[in-house]
Amino acid sequence: MQELINRAKELLSDGTVARVLGWRRGDLPYNPEPAYFSDEASLSEFVYNGFCGANLSKYMIEASKLEGKTLVFLKPCDSYSFKQLMKEHRVDRGKAYIVGVGCKGKLNMDRFNEMGIKNVLDVKGAELDDTCDKLIIETLTGEKTCEYKDAMLERCHVCKGKEHVVYDELIGDSADTVDADRFAEVERIEAMSPEEKFEFFRGELSKCIRCNACRNVCPACSCRKCVFDSTKFDSAQKANVDSFEEKMFHIIRAFHVAGRCTDCGECSRVCPQGIPLHLFNRKFIKDINTLYGDFTAGAGDEERTPLTSFTFDDAEPGTI
Amino acid sequence: MYKIAKASLPQLYKAIAGSNALYLPVKKAGQTNYAPWTEDAEVDIETLKTVKSAKDAFFPQSETLYTCIRDGKKIRIEAEELINESFVVFGVKGCDVHGVEVLDRVFLSEPVDTFYAARREHGIIVALACNEPELSCFCKVFGTDCSEPEGADVVTWLVGEDLFWKPVTEKGEALTGQIKELLEETDDTAVNEKKAEIKDIAEKIPNMHLSLDGWGRDDKLERFNSPIWEDLYKPCLACGTCTFVCPTCQCYDIKDYDTGHGVKRYRCWDSCMYSDFTMMAHGNNRTSQMQRFRQRFMHKLVYYPTNNDGMFSCTGCGRCVDKCPSSLNIVKVIKAFEKEGK
Repeated sequence: MQELINRAKELLSDGTVARVLGWRRGDLPYNPEPAYFSDEASLSEFVYNGFCGANLSKYMIEASKLEGKTLVFLKPCDSYSFKQLMKEHRVDRGKAYIVGVGCKGKLNMDRFNEMGIKNVLDVKGAELDDTCDKLIIETLTGEKTCEYKDAMLERCHVCKGKEHVVYDELIGDSADTVDADRFAEVERIEAMSPEEKFEFFRGELSKCIRCNACRNVCPACSCRKCVFDSTKFDSAQKANVDSFEEKMFHIIRAFHVAGRCTDCGECSRVCPQGIPLHLFNRKFIKDINTLYGDFTAGAGDEERTPLTSFTFDDAEPGTI
Repeated sequence: MYKIAKASLPQLYKAIAGSNALYLPVKKAGQTNYAPWTEDAEVDIETLKTVKSAKDAFFPQSETLYTCIRDGKKIRIEAEELINESFVVFGVKGCDVHGVEVLDRVFLSEPVDTFYAARREHGIIVALACNEPELSCFCKVFGTDCSEPEGADVVTWLVGEDLFWKPVTEKGEALTGQIKELLEETDDTAVNEKKAEIKDIAEKIPNMHLSLDGWGRDDKLERFNSPIWEDLYKPCLACGTCTFVCPTCQCYDIKDYDTGHGVKRYRCWDSCMYSDFTMMAHGNNRTSQMQRFRQRFMHKLVYYPTNNDGMFSCTGCGRCVDKCPSSLNIVKVIKAFEKEGK
């Protein structure tokens, strides 16, 4: 972590960047927040560890409007989001100085709770320099340990890889965290009967409280004004008035980001009700792969993507 | 003081539901929230915090106020009927009971909100002490004793294999009367031991000792104009998570739903984090996310106490601490001002 801080200080003091976008130490060991650092002194609060799951790419939309360059720390998966935003002309590459940071998987507090590890006062083993295979957790009721993997976010179990797709320089090593099949859950749902599918999604989506955290955190949801925020729209964006959120909102959103979603998993990370929203996106990704050949949004430099181009070989709706 | 074996709780729920609607924490698709009791509901009173607070029981996220129906050339207006049957909210934690007290001061002062008043009149709160307050809890800061919630009609404790039951108000006594054959009279030795144990845990939680010095006082402008807000709000995604899981956020919007042959006028929770909050014909009086972010905390820690004899409109439930996607919360705001010595 000190290496990141030192590099940020250098880039600030030689005038390469006007500010640094990273993560600031929280008041609890597991709640760092995204933050801007404008001088060397403020970097004393900079932190980068297993709890820095937040993807900073979307913040670069606003940072692109600021004077001068912004140093942004991106994990490998975050860099896909940034590149996708570049392709959509929503961020200015020229305004970003990207330090690609290594990642050994990011942690999810819900997993700690499920393992009965509560009241966490300190966590050891989650720094970038650590091997990240075991965590030693100091709690109010004594020391506990767990496997690093058991506390990881879902997305890290199906990690896209250690490579950054866009960066100016790289700091730190990444680990191979994949131990699950990315499409296994999608296939499990595909195998359900229509009634079972409907019940599954109704059960999950009826928990939705219309907080819009999934939309607001999503790097693919970058419209200046969302259609759901229109005052002329019949169903208010904040009212769980009927079954709208069960049957429409999340499905419309999934369609809207199809072909652009990099599967960064932020929607599922932030949902206060633990709805596995990434499953919708992953279903689309799987279908796109099947119908048009393997495609990863944000990975390549192509101008036309499967859903924004037409070829005579395209699958016809009737053949699907 | 009464008690009932934990194993007999399904009978207790059934007995309560016999003469009242019953809402209690139910686990659905992995998450625990208040929901109507049914025989096959997976009741979960062990989870410390429901995702949403118990606020919905008295102030639902959305409710219809009246319906306009087009009938030829006439328009008929049908007011929504007020709740007129008793209901029980079971398992409410101290912070959420305190939350209802905060809502009372808003909705029961003139002009009285009739929908809320009807629910308060017919609602019976059965509180449950928190056996294991967590690191995100800071209810003690606002005067709540999570080992014996105040303001409820009945207080209960889970101790070992029993649920202890203590009626506090007339409503609580009446409810106890309905289910008396299931209860066994007992003394309060076990409960007193439990209370001491809970207090002991609460004492060890750092945020239970948070200082509110400087908040709630009269120099509103100094705090309002502080440069700290500009730094604090930056990670805010402008989602409504904090406001929708909060037991005291009480702002609402009133909207019309076009039914095709009329209009349903409903109200729904609003969030000061949303860009259309307090939108008026002339536009919006808060034009930046910093202003919206500041509003939320100024309301809880300055405006509300100024208007309510110093009572804060945060209850320290810590849901925002657990749920904010950007790990922002009221505790960080309080600490940031403390650090600056403001």
